[in-house]
Amino acid sequence: MQPGRRQSTAQDVDDEREARTLARGDDRSARRIVETQLVGGVAHGFERKGHLVGVRLDKLRSSATAAIAEVRDGDTLMVGGFGDAGVPFALLDALVERGVKDLTVIANNCGTGERGLAALFRHRMVLRVFASFPAQPGNHHFAESYRSGQTELVLVPQGTLVERIRAAGAGLGGVLTPTGVGTLVAEGKDVIVVDDRPYLLEKPLHADVALVKAHVADASGNLRYRLSSRNFNPIMATAARLTIAEVESLVELGALDPDDVHTPGVYVDRMFVSGGASGG
Amino acid sequence: MSGAERPTLSRAQIAACVAASLQDGWYVNVGIGMPTLVPNHLPPAVEIVIHSENGILGVGPTPAPEMADPDLVNAGRELVTLLPGASLFSHLESFAMIRGGHLDVAILGGYQVSEGGDLANWTVKGAELGNPGGAMDLAVGAKRVFVMMEHVTRDGALKIVRACDYPLTGIACVTTIFTDVAVIDVTPAGLVLREVAPGWDPAAVQAITEPRLLVPAPPRTIGG
Repeated sequence: MQPGRRQSTAQDVDDEREARTLARGDDRSARRIVETQLVGGVAHGFERKGHLVGVRLDKLRSSATAAIAEVRDGDTLMVGGFGDAGVPFALLDALVERGVKDLTVIANNCGTGERGLAALFRHRMVLRVFASFPAQPGNHHFAESYRSGQTELVLVPQGTLVERIRAAGAGLGGVLTPTGVGTLVAEGKDVIVVDDRPYLLEKPLHADVALVKAHVADASGNLRYRLSSRNFNPIMATAARLTIAEVESLVELGALDPDDVHTPGVYVDRMFVSGGASGG
Repeated sequence: MSGAERPTLSRAQIAACVAASLQDGWYVNVGIGMPTLVPNHLPPAVEIVIHSENGILGVGPTPAPEMADPDLVNAGRELVTLLPGASLFSHLESFAMIRGGHLDVAILGGYQVSEGGDLANWTVKGAELGNPGGAMDLAVGAKRVFVMMEHVTRDGALKIVRACDYPLTGIACVTTIFTDVAVIDVTPAGLVLREVAPGWDPAAVQAITEPRLLVPAPPRTIGG
């Protein structure tokens, strides 16, 4: 994301106003947030000069459409999920509605049925996709996009996919993995021998935007996932210049036990509260 | 094909044979397809912890419809449950577990296995699309790799071969092959015939196996 791409618009200001209302309600609930923090002993001094400290209302957006407003044509997009579990369906719906194009997508699957990733392929929005498991029943929209030459496919073993994403998020120049040595996925890659064992040098996968799905967020952007919908989401959240989280519910600061935070808020730039599982 | 008139094991019987090879307390990754049958055939005294690549240890049985939760699926995207003592984690942790050698065995399907233990199981020759999925990581990472497959294809083509001509999943990674006619260990000396299905003998198994089978001791009869 270029810095210039994040200039506030009138829409942003409206979103922020609405987000404040969402997160804080009225003055009484604002005090309640502060008191919760003090009683919990998690930290103190959250209220300073009448402002709540640590409540990042600038991350909240009032709609999925507003949350994805900064996605641009040609962006590289990570999309969390495994099958339908943990897929940010509402954000993907908004992307389809807006009609961005020429995307590179990094995701485990390529979608099935009509919604989610499948809809991006149906609308010919994807030039290239990195995936470990693209071929499955019900993936007709991806298959058609691939066969027609609209979409190029890069197959990445699942563990390599997640490590390449992690490398990007962790500031590493790549990883050495034994996975894929001697197979088609080794083609064109450097083989590095460490202590007599050959490894493939797998380079980091960066993204412009990560779309993730979480169960609960607090007002500072800390995320917690649920059951097997965690999958790729917390790793993708670290690897993009702009991470947008679709969350089922938003709780006040302090309501999420710090021990239960799966994705610290530092990684999260935008949030949209879907109000429930957005379904597949 | 010689031996075509001999009885072959059903998929459930192959699963029972694999299950009998699992040890109490093992952490086991169960691949999609035929391997999903294995947990149904565990001996009563054996408890294993099932790993699912999408971030679960302690996978339980299929839920009753009213208990199904779309956030809880296995590697085959089937709805599952959690057993007491289960844990949940991200893909990063899950594949660290796999590659780091923390799982006792991965049970995978197979298209071909070579004499040296190479595995081909993610796509067929000339296919338009295939899914490496997690199989390449499991092949190199698990302490043992058990492959379950029919001994020959429906057309009678051999699947245990000198060298795989299908795209490889991993090289020298298979520990034991469980088929509908035999159990074969991959050893540094070569393929060792350990067990045969009822009605089969080493010569009959050899007739549908390309590499030479070593038979250092009379093979046990499966289920016998």
